Amino acid sequence: MNWLVDFFGDPAHWSGPYGIPVRLLEHLEFSALALFLATLVAVPLGLLIGHTGRGHLVVVVSANLARAIPTLGVLVLFVLLLGTASIWPVIIPLVLLAVPPILVNTFEGIRGVDPELRDAAYGMGLRGGQVLGQVLVPVALPLILLGLRLSAIQVVATTTVAAYTGLGGLGRFVIDGFATQDYASVFGGSVLIVLFALVVQVGFTLVQRVTVSPGVSRRLKVRDSGATSR
Amino acid sequence: MITFDAVTKRYPDGTVAVDRLGLEARTGEITVLVGPSGCGKTTSLRMINRMIDPSEGRILLDGAPVDTVDPPVLRRGIGYVIQQAGLFPHRKVVDNVATVPYLLGWNRKRARGRAMELLERVGLDPAMGERYPFQLSGGQQQRVGVARALAADPPVLLMDEPFSAVDPVVRTNLQDELIRLQAELNKTIVFVTHDIDEAIKLGDRVAVLRVGGKLAQVADPKTLLTEPADDFVREFLGRDRGIRRLQFVSTGGLRLRTDLTVREGADGRGDEPWLLALTAEGRAAGWLARGRPGELGPAGTFRHGRDSMRAALDAALLSPSGHAVAVDEQDKVVGVATRQALDEALTEAVHG
Amino acid sequence: MGDGPPSLWEWIARNWDTGRAGSIRDLLSDHLLMSLVPIVAGLALALPLGLACIRWRWLYQPTAAVFNVLYALPSLPLFMLLISVTGLSPVTVIIPLIFYAMAVLIPAVVDGIRAVPEHVRQSAVAMGFTPLRRLVQVELPIAAPVVIAGLRVVAVSSISLVSVGALIGQGGLGMLFTRAYQNPFLPPVVVGIGLIVLLALVADGLLVLAQRLLTPWERARRAT
Ligand SMILES: Nc1ncnc2c1ncn2[C@@H]1O[C@H](COP(=O)(O)OP(=O)(O)OP(=O)(O)O)[C@@H](O)[C@H]1O
Ligand SMILES: [Mg+2]
Repeated sequence: MNWLVDFFGDPAHWSGPYGIPVRLLEHLEFSALALFLATLVAVPLGLLIGHTGRGHLVVVVSANLARAIPTLGVLVLFVLLLGTASIWPVIIPLVLLAVPPILVNTFEGIRGVDPELRDAAYGMGLRGGQVLGQVLVPVALPLILLGLRLSAIQVVATTTVAAYTGLGGLGRFVIDGFATQDYASVFGGSVLIVLFALVVQVGFTLVQRVTVSPGVSRRLKVRDSGATSR
Repeated sequence: MITFDAVTKRYPDGTVAVDRLGLEARTGEITVLVGPSGCGKTTSLRMINRMIDPSEGRILLDGAPVDTVDPPVLRRGIGYVIQQAGLFPHRKVVDNVATVPYLLGWNRKRARGRAMELLERVGLDPAMGERYPFQLSGGQQQRVGVARALAADPPVLLMDEPFSAVDPVVRTNLQDELIRLQAELNKTIVFVTHDIDEAIKLGDRVAVLRVGGKLAQVADPKTLLTEPADDFVREFLGRDRGIRRLQFVSTGGLRLRTDLTVREGADGRGDEPWLLALTAEGRAAGWLARGRPGELGPAGTFRHGRDSMRAALDAALLSPSGHAVAVDEQDKVVGVATRQALDEALTEAVHG
Repeated sequence: MGDGPPSLWEWIARNWDTGRAGSIRDLLSDHLLMSLVPIVAGLALALPLGLACIRWRWLYQPTAAVFNVLYALPSLPLFMLLISVTGLSPVTVIIPLIFYAMAVLIPAVVDGIRAVPEHVRQSAVAMGFTPLRRLVQVELPIAAPVVIAGLRVVAVSSISLVSVGALIGQGGLGMLFTRAYQNPFLPPVVVGIGLIVLLALVADGLLVLAQRLLTPWERARRAT
């Protein structure tokens, strides 16, 4: 506990280029950037494969492979191959590792929609794009958001590890602190990362609450007006 | 009018689901497609709104080939109801019903207004419009499905086994409701079922298909029951075809006796074994047996001239006297159809 | 020879068994141990907890919520926070991995057993199975496919996650990554990634095999 008081109580930790606010913003920036780019790739691809039903092997294989590949190894590999002149050698693997969870869940979500529903939508006269946008996506949204949440968890963790290869962010407190045996920094940084991850988790839960229709999540209680036939 | 002109559907795996089907579904009538599982009913139906395209032949809608119309545009003008209703779970009931009006660009207020009106039409409390589909029973969902199909007032309605997933009581309600609606709306309806009773109850004309997608017979229900084209149709109609036929024989010509009634409380007189006791309002109170005053047996009734011979026969079988009681629209007794009278009418029905 | 950097295979041959700590073979066996323990311990803890969640329904919601949160926490800060308790030892890496494993396996156990059809359960009761025998001989075998699917996820991700432990000096094959980064040199990374992926694939394959052996009726069904 003393370490935490040392870390958070030191005004020097709250300002300057190596202070908590800057590190926090860096962590947010890198995570958000990677998640954004991964979403840009994975959601349309997942929608396409789920909607057309073609290429689902790609999805399955990428999901299994992504789980098996060690993040630290990939980060080191990219940095050794591409150098550290920019943040991209680190961001690219972050994106690559963030793609599969979104891809798999988007795909499964779309594919799992009741075929009767899809049929009814076409039968009403919706066009392909309208069926996807107005019916399939809203119904598959819980799974799509689950994919995004799992991916965000992954990205926040990998951004932390990436501090080892020189990326900024909250991981710096932990990595640098560990190297210099500054345990106040190690513990303070760890607590910050844990809090950060929790906030992200809560954020996604809120987004889910707001965006998923109560008709899909079945969150509403049946209010019986008494006029039913059964 | 919907015209099937030598339509064949061959699936990529070689299955011939529909084989040179020629059929007309007349404007303002309910045409029922009926037949055993896998005989190509759904395939035929779905070729009308181009959910499936025929391999050969053409389908015409009021003389115009459907394949000249962009499918989504075509479908917005044709109501479509399926077995599990297929309601969008993420939309409130009212917005489900307003789906096609929205697609047609109606503004929200007008579309929702129309949806509310339709919910009432199909017998639902408009307050249910604010619920989500999962908050409705199966029968209610099916009603919403019908309302949704009717929303943009399409002249044509396609219904694929719409009532087969609900319990028998609800199914009967929904069927009656459809008959009532159709009397108001006069749509051109193509209705698919594998239930011959449903076909005969609902159809103005019934088309019987056999496996392999060949048309076995198309006729009005009465003709179908009296003159089945071949053994397949006869078999499909079932053993009680004779009884069912009576559904189409009117009770209007039934000879009634009016001398078999007494006021309730009065004694049986004369030598009739059974007399019908009437209430002060002239309704049937029950059958009195000679020599057993005060004991009333149940009286089976039918609406004279409106119910069929099947109902009259049913009424007779429910009465201890064996006679059926004819009543008017106000349930007032107009006479008694004796066994002899029923027998005469049946003989005439068989030969006439 | 002697000039220029060694080839990948030369490097492997030279470092496979150096006789000192940190040879590839040592790291491999460390890695195996550190990933095997979370898989086995995770299952051993998730089974009773999952069963408890089925027995007492109210328990499932809060349990799932807690493990959901734990699952969302990155491993590195957890390692660091644990150092003050368990020191710089493999245990520090193993404990968070056990939590992750439980987060996946508890729902798998619960879903798997809940998927046992009620009529099967009832007929087992009717035939006079005691609750324990019913569990072991009827419910667990039927739940096995779902649980093993969970185990496959756990095995593969544990094997790859152990390598993060290298950042506190306890990472099995992950040590090759830090070594490669410190004196910039490619072969250790390639070997590390390759061996870890290979291990994951082997573990996955073994579990698929286990599933086949444990649930022969599934295979028969697929064959028909
Ligand atoms: N997409 C398809 N590909 C291949 N064969 C099909 C396809 N859809 C239907 N069939 C086959 O075509 C035949 C007719 O099918 P259809 O669905 O029209 O029957 P149905 O009369 O509606 O049957 P049911 O009463 O069971 O709904 C069946 O033999 C069916 O197996
Ligand atoms: Mg069908």
